[in-house]
Amino acid sequence: MEQEMAYDRQGKSYPVADFKDDYSGDKLGFWVFLLTEGMMFGVLFLLYGIYFYRHTAMFAFSSADLNIWLGGTNTVLLLISTYTMGVATLMMRQGKLKLSAMLVGLTIFIAIVFLGIKASEWGVDISHGIYPGSKLLDAKDTGEILFFGLYFVMTGLHGLHVIIGIALMSWVLLLMRSGGIHPEHTIVMKNVTLYWDFVHLIWIVLFPLLYMIGV
Amino acid sequence: MMPSFYYETHTIFGTHKSKILQWIFSIDHKRIAILYIGVLFALFFCAVGAALTMRAELFFPGQQLIQAQTYNQLFTFHGVTMIFLFIVPGIAAGLGNFILPLMLGARDLSFPRLNLLSWWLYILGVVVALSSLVTGAGFADTGWTFYAPYSIRTDSHVLSTLIAAFILGLSSILTGLNFVVTIHRLRAPGMDFFKMPLFVWGLYATAWIQVLATPVIGITLILVILERTLGIGVFDPSKGGDPILFEHLFWIYSHPAVYLMILPGFGIISEVLPVFTRRTIFGYRSIAISSASIAGIGYLVWGHHMFTSGISDIARLIFSFLTFLVAIPTGVKIFDWLATLYKGSIVLATPMLWILGSIVNFTVGGLTGLTLGALGPDIHLHDTYFVVAHFHYTILGGVVFMFIGGMHYWYPKITGKMYDEVKGRVAFGLMFVGFNMLWFPMFIAGFLGNPRRYFDYLPTFTIYHQLSGIGALLVALGLLLVLYTFYKGLKEGKEAGPNPWRGTTLEWHIPSPPPLENFSKIPYVDFDPYEYEDGEPLVQLDENFRRIR
Repeated sequence: MEQEMAYDRQGKSYPVADFKDDYSGDKLGFWVFLLTEGMMFGVLFLLYGIYFYRHTAMFAFSSADLNIWLGGTNTVLLLISTYTMGVATLMMRQGKLKLSAMLVGLTIFIAIVFLGIKASEWGVDISHGIYPGSKLLDAKDTGEILFFGLYFVMTGLHGLHVIIGIALMSWVLLLMRSGGIHPEHTIVMKNVTLYWDFVHLIWIVLFPLLYMIGV
Repeated sequence: MMPSFYYETHTIFGTHKSKILQWIFSIDHKRIAILYIGVLFALFFCAVGAALTMRAELFFPGQQLIQAQTYNQLFTFHGVTMIFLFIVPGIAAGLGNFILPLMLGARDLSFPRLNLLSWWLYILGVVVALSSLVTGAGFADTGWTFYAPYSIRTDSHVLSTLIAAFILGLSSILTGLNFVVTIHRLRAPGMDFFKMPLFVWGLYATAWIQVLATPVIGITLILVILERTLGIGVFDPSKGGDPILFEHLFWIYSHPAVYLMILPGFGIISEVLPVFTRRTIFGYRSIAISSASIAGIGYLVWGHHMFTSGISDIARLIFSFLTFLVAIPTGVKIFDWLATLYKGSIVLATPMLWILGSIVNFTVGGLTGLTLGALGPDIHLHDTYFVVAHFHYTILGGVVFMFIGGMHYWYPKITGKMYDEVKGRVAFGLMFVGFNMLWFPMFIAGFLGNPRRYFDYLPTFTIYHQLSGIGALLVALGLLLVLYTFYKGLKEGKEAGPNPWRGTTLEWHIPSPPPLENFSKIPYVDFDPYEYEDGEPLVQLDENFRRIR
């Protein structure tokens, strides 16, 4: 499509930005969206901070109950996955479509493993009777109730974001096949990569907050 | 000439034969705006109905019409509907959606399909909110603020209202995001930020509040939902949670949300005033920047809702001080408007009447806001009718008046028809008198100690409630007359032509109603938004949108 121009009184021409295929607009929009996500998680971090301040000892005590090795493995997995996703974008820009699709597939795989590990952790806690509203937990110290309440909410919300990430990356794979993403048109790919980066960054903060304060 | 957007459109599925599908799946910002406006005002009238029922109950002391619990549910319904369903999306999603791209010289918003999604989310929110009227143990009885721990414990159907508020928040975020990107990306060439019309500035500040504050309430409401369903303990004092934290998180959204309602309304005032005084607005830059600073300072004042909640004295002092600061940019605006009026050749057309009325009401509301922002008086006036009168003066007398004024102002642009001036002015008169009669006595009743939210009162307050009741009837009549005027204008109004008010901003340079995609050619903007010479618009564009004068 030809670039549309606007003309001033001297007849000089200026390019007009259109809402269709506006690369910078799409990028800006996604950054603004990430800002809202940041505000949302920010509230949870704030709540965590306040209750940590009030119940420091009990938070550390409860944190020791969590399996740091499983959490740590998950952290490493997410680090790797964000790398594979980043390289996938790079390969896409270089025109290596097949390799790029493979890397996205790998990222999805790692994300699923992450969820599996997370599910088994939750499973163990729940089988021990530790979940929000359980009789066992409600009988404990308020610091413990709050820690596990926040633990389940924060990892749950993060897990939800991982699931959404998997859906988005699968959509990217479909778009690659149908030609919706190609080396000249990568904005969707870039935004999904950005999203996945964000999901991993949140976990990077969650991990020390939840798992490491008890070490 | 190109056919207007009423005759052709594009939908999310391309083109469609069915007229109804052409509307509800249209991705044209103008059609979406009209859908919003229709639903918004339908809900507005439902909430007015609830208010009238409450006023009828309050006409005499003691119980006459409704049970106490019904009253609790009615005022919650009134609050939730007015705040979350009507005034928060109100001007931005309704008029803003229609006018913003026209003012910027853009063919649509940056993300037309996202815009449609926002509308559908809004409708989903409306359905979920209203569904609790007929399901579960009745509509929420918590007030629109959902204060914990009551909202965790009550048997009424709070859950669906909370979910609805969350969905509506999402819709609001997406609208804000769309506006931010549109304003950054789709301004016509040459239009820098200080050449944008002031309504756009208002919407811009609003959009940032929507983007930055709404996620906070979103997650807070989710926490209350999880509290009710799972019992996570965060806001539940019996589990170590802190209900005051809920208030903090609630008001850090809900106070900026007040400005989210008001700022686009201020934008409307700044559009209408120069057109009906036929002169350049006074202090364009200071009005633009004050919108941004109100949005900024508005973030820091939430604690003034909590002076009696037990927060520390230091915190109360700081919040009181910061609250006073908001009055500065607001005062700057008001004085700029007054200076615009000074020596202007004022045309008292209907939009101008509504705008002038709103300035009067809003000033009363703003000054009583300072009374409440001061620590000492607030302790006395907290949760009395004084507070109710204060926020109805700002939101109903201010923002809704601005909204209706804006509806009159852009009516010819949206419909291509003119409404009847006489009916318009009579409706304004009814509304202005009725409004002040409705709310001014409440300042006195509140000052004398009549608490709010009770379905009964001491007999000494009877006179104030009866005056209010009569005022409420006048307001209702005025609103009906506004509706009738619009309906008549649509049926038998005469053709408006592109620029009936002799306005200067870009939307008045295109046909009314505008064609699909608004501009056949995008103009180059090397002029300020409000340039008048001897009472006539200075800038003229030819049919190719090239400037000829």
